[in-house]
Amino acid sequence: MPQFVLSKAINAALRRAMEDDPKVLVMGEDVGKLGGVFRVTDGLQKDFGEDRVIDTPLAESGIIGTAVGLALRGYRPVCEIQFDGFVYPAYDQIVSQVAKMNFRSRGRLKMPIVIRIPFGGGIGAVEHHSESPEGYFTHTAGLKVVAVSNPEDAYWMLQQAIASDDPVIYFEPKRRYYEKAEIDTSATQAPFPLHASRVVREGTDVTLLCYGPMVKTCLEAAAAAEEEGRSLEVIDLRTLSPLDLGPVYESVRRTGRAITVHEAPMTLGLGAELAARITEQCFFSLEAPVLRVGGFDTPYPAAKLEEDYLPDLDRVLDAVDRTLAF
Amino acid sequence: MTAPYARSDEPELVQLLTPEGERREHPDYAFDLDDDAIKGFYHDLVMTRRIDTEAFMLQRQGELGIWASLLGQEAAQIGSGRALRKQDYVFPTYREHGVAWCRGVDPLALIGLFRGVDHGNWDPAEFGFHLYTIVIGAQTLHATGYAMGVQRDGLVGTNDAERDTAVVAYLGDGATSQGDVNEAFIFSTVFNAPVVFFIQNNQWAISEPIEKQSRIPLYRRASGFGFPGVRVDGNDVLATYAVTKAALQQARDGGGPVLVEAFTYRMGAHTTNDDPTRYRLTDELEHWKLKDPLARVKAYLVRNGLADEAFFEQVEADADTLAEHLRSSTRAMPDPDPAKIFDLVYQEQTPELVEQKEWFVKYHASFAAQAEVH
Ligand SMILES: Cc1ncc(C[n+]2csc(CCOP(=O)(O)OP(=O)(O)O)c2C)c(N)n1
Repeated sequence: MPQFVLSKAINAALRRAMEDDPKVLVMGEDVGKLGGVFRVTDGLQKDFGEDRVIDTPLAESGIIGTAVGLALRGYRPVCEIQFDGFVYPAYDQIVSQVAKMNFRSRGRLKMPIVIRIPFGGGIGAVEHHSESPEGYFTHTAGLKVVAVSNPEDAYWMLQQAIASDDPVIYFEPKRRYYEKAEIDTSATQAPFPLHASRVVREGTDVTLLCYGPMVKTCLEAAAAAEEEGRSLEVIDLRTLSPLDLGPVYESVRRTGRAITVHEAPMTLGLGAELAARITEQCFFSLEAPVLRVGGFDTPYPAAKLEEDYLPDLDRVLDAVDRTLAF
Repeated sequence: MTAPYARSDEPELVQLLTPEGERREHPDYAFDLDDDAIKGFYHDLVMTRRIDTEAFMLQRQGELGIWASLLGQEAAQIGSGRALRKQDYVFPTYREHGVAWCRGVDPLALIGLFRGVDHGNWDPAEFGFHLYTIVIGAQTLHATGYAMGVQRDGLVGTNDAERDTAVVAYLGDGATSQGDVNEAFIFSTVFNAPVVFFIQNNQWAISEPIEKQSRIPLYRRASGFGFPGVRVDGNDVLATYAVTKAALQQARDGGGPVLVEAFTYRMGAHTTNDDPTRYRLTDELEHWKLKDPLARVKAYLVRNGLADEAFFEQVEADADTLAEHLRSSTRAMPDPDPAKIFDLVYQEQTPELVEQKEWFVKYHASFAAQAEVH
């Protein structure tokens, strides 16, 4: 089976979706000749032409707003936002227009738009290049939101997102772009549904809930904990809206302990929602309160401080200690 | 899809010094300073270029995370920057190192930002030079609002050179596509705000040529919004000085906004992360090298016997000294204290952040304690 790094897996998924459906368009800043600033769209314009791989003017509201029109016309735009911090000029179009079109037209007008956003920190960039804006989008009804953590999911989930008639915000963990894995590209069907969470490591003592860039961190934490005789179960949420909590409840009922881990600031982050849901559903199984590990409630700091800001293996293990001490 | 205008010099381009170093007259714009001032400009140009090349090398040596080079755009920045008065206020993008130089901002403060120690540690009010803005176009609205404030404070059209104030927003050609910029154009003209929009049309927005942003020369955009626009040779420091000076004066006099399009070229990569060989031809670069903003000033000074070898050696020596200072000071720049991220999120500290900071400090200390045990 061929090996792919995550960025190339997305590239392969785009290519396959474009081959399968002539209505699929790629649009964004620098996606053409340059292949995007992360080279995710490398070579696509050469093969599919400028009408299908569109170097747009430098205007995020324009990118999403015109994607709305193209979608109304039967196209399936896949929009690239260059960096997380540049999605806000398009925010109005996304939350006021994209998210509500289906509902207000009573299902007559579909929005099969995918908005790809490289997100999260850890690459030593300047301001606005390392944000975790997922909370804004999961809070908005009408949007579906997914975050991929590995090349295989990146490959399949993007194709599923493109095939979906609902708008999907597709978060790419930019610091994991170079993670490698085998992908069976000859398969005709995705191994998992788009909106499904997955247990990626089994364990019995504590359940770690994570997504995107933090999945690798949590797996590393679980491996380290094992050496100390602790067994951590790791769940990759994969889908942030809608959440798929069945496997989460099942796991927490077994382990009795849950920790949520994300890079985004804690307050009103996804961890808060998960803690509330778990408390409601698994109250009598819990041995300890649901703990949260996240970014601090500060603006994303300058690059020299991001290692202190971001949850890492030690912060996760610290929370494991705390939950086991209850 | 290529618009022919974008690669050729047009008659409407204001030029006062040719690439060969010959002075030119223009019916509307005159350079009104003496040759000593031109020598001063030359010094500025060389120093600015050296800051840029030094920072570029520091990035390559791993001392900076990234650097946005201004190579090729020095004349646009020094000409416009030197046309400012002390009380004027500048809203830069992330590439205005030459303007920062003119405003007296320590180049090390710029370097610190790109090194990742902070988000820009200079006092904007002290220098009349706002923090760098990375979100494309956002600063044009801030500049317009600031100018509206200046206007309300009665600092426009008083005929007092010490008081009348103009505001400058720097932006790139790509930025003109943003909604914010179009809104800034509307606000500034509707409210007659004393703001100059100074576009450095360096022909590229990362990989996208100007044709991907506009089908007309950018200076003509202004007339659609109802204010004047002018295109100047952005590699000609005399012309950028003269044109910006006139634009600022119009703004200060209460004449409202002006758009200046400095027609220039980004000779380097977009940033140190970029690879321009993927999208542009070397021919283009060679073509623009002939218009180098430094070479023509030097040619003028030499050809007219205005500066001798000793002058040029002194300028080089000054640049060497600055470069050495930047190198050693950058390497010596301390990492920031991590606990500081909790301070100054707000003017008034919140209980949550106090708690998060306490936790963080204790957590950090636990590692130090562990290290001692082992
Ligand atoms: C809102 C927003 N979108 C995208 C970016 C990423 N980006 C940084 S610089 C740049 C190109 C800017 O081109 P231009 O305005 O011509 O200025 P130049 O860099 O050439 O000086 C892009 C797309 C950004 N910083 N902000």
